[in-house]
Amino acid sequence: MSIQEWTYAIVGTTFALYIGIAIWSRVSSTSGFYVAGRGVPALANGMATGADWMSAASFISMAGLISFMGYTGAIYLMGWTGGYVLLALLLAPYLRKYGSFTVPEFVGDRYYSQTARVVAVFCAIFISFTYVAGQMRGVGVVFSRFLEVDVNVGVVIGVVLVFFYAVMGGMRGITYTQVAQYCVLIVAYLVPAVAISWKLTGNPIPQLGFGSELVEGKRAGMVLLEALDAIHRDLGLPEYTGAWVPGKKGMVDVLCITMALMVGTAGLPHVLIRFYTVPTARAARWSAMWALLFIGLLYTTAPAVAAFARVNMIQTLHETRIEDAPVWFRNWEKTGLIGFHDKNGDGRIQYTGDAATNELRVDPDIMVLANPEIAELPAWVVALVAAGALAAALSTAAGLLLVISASISHDLLKSVLWRDMSERDELRMARLAAALAVVVAGILGIYPPGFVAQVVAFAFGLAAASFFPILVLGIFSRRTTKEGAIAGMLSGIGFTAAYIIWFRFFDTGAGPDDWLFGISPEGIGTVGMLLNFAVTLAVSRVTAPPPPGVQAMVDEIRLPGGHRDESA
Amino acid sequence: MAEERPLGGSARDAEGERARVSRAHWRDNLRIMALLLCVWFAVSYLLGIVFVEPLNAVKIGGIPLGFWFAQQGAIYVFIVLILVYALWMDRVDRRHGVHDRPVEPSAPPPPARQGESA
Repeated sequence: MSIQEWTYAIVGTTFALYIGIAIWSRVSSTSGFYVAGRGVPALANGMATGADWMSAASFISMAGLISFMGYTGAIYLMGWTGGYVLLALLLAPYLRKYGSFTVPEFVGDRYYSQTARVVAVFCAIFISFTYVAGQMRGVGVVFSRFLEVDVNVGVVIGVVLVFFYAVMGGMRGITYTQVAQYCVLIVAYLVPAVAISWKLTGNPIPQLGFGSELVEGKRAGMVLLEALDAIHRDLGLPEYTGAWVPGKKGMVDVLCITMALMVGTAGLPHVLIRFYTVPTARAARWSAMWALLFIGLLYTTAPAVAAFARVNMIQTLHETRIEDAPVWFRNWEKTGLIGFHDKNGDGRIQYTGDAATNELRVDPDIMVLANPEIAELPAWVVALVAAGALAAALSTAAGLLLVISASISHDLLKSVLWRDMSERDELRMARLAAALAVVVAGILGIYPPGFVAQVVAFAFGLAAASFFPILVLGIFSRRTTKEGAIAGMLSGIGFTAAYIIWFRFFDTGAGPDDWLFGISPEGIGTVGMLLNFAVTLAVSRVTAPPPPGVQAMVDEIRLPGGHRDESA
Repeated sequence: MAEERPLGGSARDAEGERARVSRAHWRDNLRIMALLLCVWFAVSYLLGIVFVEPLNAVKIGGIPLGFWFAQQGAIYVFIVLILVYALWMDRVDRRHGVHDRPVEPSAPPPPARQGESA
């Protein structure tokens, strides 16, 4: 069977599986639609959270980015995992104990204010839409590369599938398809990683192969990372394992970006809402543990894949005569992800750190997508990677769409515009909102606005500067007032958005010397978060304390057990 | 994030046994949380970033130690931290008798939820 036949077979099988799960898990109540009836076991929720969290970017792009950044890639590795510690310790059990359906609902109740709730709704919808557009685009791109259909046809296929299980099954359908999607994506990530680790180092465990000696190529016998540092020195690139070397980010910036990604992770509504689906506060703690374990499996493999792919790529391509280049190079040259321009006309590929002599252009995504071919694996593995990338993109898209749907039907319609709506009407509205959101996400995927790619990276900064501080203070400081929270949210998100917009769209030529304390726009969410904390605390000191009922509610959510759930 | 005193001493006395349990449980929770967050901060920000260069002089299994913490070790420690928290809090919950307890009919009425008809 050819790669394409395998891809049709495997992708078709996984899609049939997702549809089967959707039919089995369809729902008929708002509790089922919003929070899967709060009956998801901790372990299953951990897997669902893993798939919900790991997007097309984690699956396709992260290892490639790390392989170009070396040490500095740690901002993604630590930033996108460390947030789960904050979630488990500071947020998940308490939000679950409160037992609302959405994050904005908790904000509105804790801060006894519809204004706070509406501000939170708009933050949640904005963050989720910027994020989901990238996922639908990712679905289209995978379809076009592996099945040679048009990108837009790929987006439409993705829309139809998500429409089917998100609209019919709500959170319950999404949860159990995410469990299946986690299994598909982790197998699809690990199989080629194990194979390339074995091929290069003789050790099948990538996390150990990462520190082993190379068994083939020009530098056989050298420890992988030492070989990589030596290769980089020869090519005039900054050392792979070097931290504060010229050409890489500075320490303050690395600290701030890591913090912004961690705190942003803990403030993303589609991640928080997953912890609403388990039965108890205790189950919320345990499912955060399972989630990070399942995520960590991919995240500790990614840096190893990054290093293997980099050594392998440079060893096979650098100084190779173009007619001797491997088959995968030819195949991927057609997609435009890798390109060769013979500047000195010697018929050989030269890869260097100097833009004037470098002849090889490499898109980071190729490190994962072409990995099975580089490692000379059979066709079915290539097909599996396609199915894994689709699982990663679809699962994240579905989680985000549910946040948008619940924000509209529950937080805007039910609480503000149409307060005497019956449960049946609310469920109908939730499905309608989900359907509309899927279609809008599809349109954004087909006609991506130019700024989406730039904005997605900042969704974290905005989440860090808006939600996280007021959620934490809402639980840990009884004295935090409505005025404090609203002022804090607005100043945090206002400052962060202004800084990002200024340096991304107006002063685009600015470099580290122009930045505030050398902090790049990616890391400024950390400053926005601190500002939010400071403003919320300061304003709360000088305004009237929250009503006794709210203070009693804070005491109540701090204690596990005895859940009183909305409509559960 | 310090524990705050409720307003009015007399009201606090009247809260009775349940409030005492609640306060004692919360104090234990905060202590555990503070300890684990210190470890969280130390492995990621200190070992993985601030002290990465001096640590890189040491090798662990062929990987410079600072680099290893930044790209591997910190993630393993994060998983263990949540595991320790979940296990430790299970014990704390049991010690204070608040593990998965059913809703008590005599418990104070649920807090007012504005804009909710649940």
